Amino acid sequence: MTEFFFYFFAAAALICGLLVIANPFSQNPVTSAMFLVLTIASLAGLFVLLHAFFLAAVQVLVYAGAVMVLFLFVIMLLDLKAEERRKLKRLGLAGGVLVVGSILGIFFASLARSPLPAGEPSTLEGSTIELGKRLFTQYLLPFEVVSVLLLVAMVGVVLLSKKDLK
Amino acid sequence: MNVGLEHYLVVSAVLFALGLLGVLVRRNLLVIYMSLELMLNAANLALVAFSRFNNNLDGQVFVFFIITVAAAEVAVGLALIVALYRKHQTAHVEDLTLMKD
Repeated sequence: MTEFFFYFFAAAALICGLLVIANPFSQNPVTSAMFLVLTIASLAGLFVLLHAFFLAAVQVLVYAGAVMVLFLFVIMLLDLKAEERRKLKRLGLAGGVLVVGSILGIFFASLARSPLPAGEPSTLEGSTIELGKRLFTQYLLPFEVVSVLLLVAMVGVVLLSKKDLK
Repeated sequence: MNVGLEHYLVVSAVLFALGLLGVLVRRNLLVIYMSLELMLNAANLALVAFSRFNNNLDGQVFVFFIITVAAAEVAVGLALIVALYRKHQTAHVEDLTLMKD
């Protein structure tokens, strides 16, 4: 059963991820955004399979909820006209495929020769209780720093979206 | 056949490669941003998988921080894109060659 769900979510994530970057039917950024939502939802499913329940919930709430709504708002704000199909530069495409192919090659080569922990998964549960304990004891300082980071980002965004940007 | 760590790592690697391809090939700033999110999510998947199979919760805490930082990064980046669009009426990287001339 777990295998079936793994292959289902993995295939969904990869196919939707491909459709984010290269959709043969539509160049519209809204379509890409929608497929990104689907990718993120499938990744949340994979997180559940890995017993990371809290992160799966956060993934759906923060990514599929907040971040993607922000994306859609900006797309709406920019009022991108039905984007004319620009020719992709051959050289750019070939270079991109070359770079990505070599990186994938490095990934798989290192994966093949690295000693991975043997098949049996642990009994680890990524529950809210366990994660909360870590966050508020061992990782208290990074947690607070992140809150400052969010404040800084908020101030920066307010400043950037002022009408007369100096 | 049991699903092991390497399965998750392969999915993560392919997802990362897709995101990188999108960043390199696509010319729309918004789609480039979405590809960046794809790469971050691929890294998150690898971290959660390692955390599960190494019996160590620290990886999940790290993913929590990555999600937070990614949210902040998206907010600032999209504000930059909006400011750029206001000035130049375009979201295409090929039209934004001010520093080239």
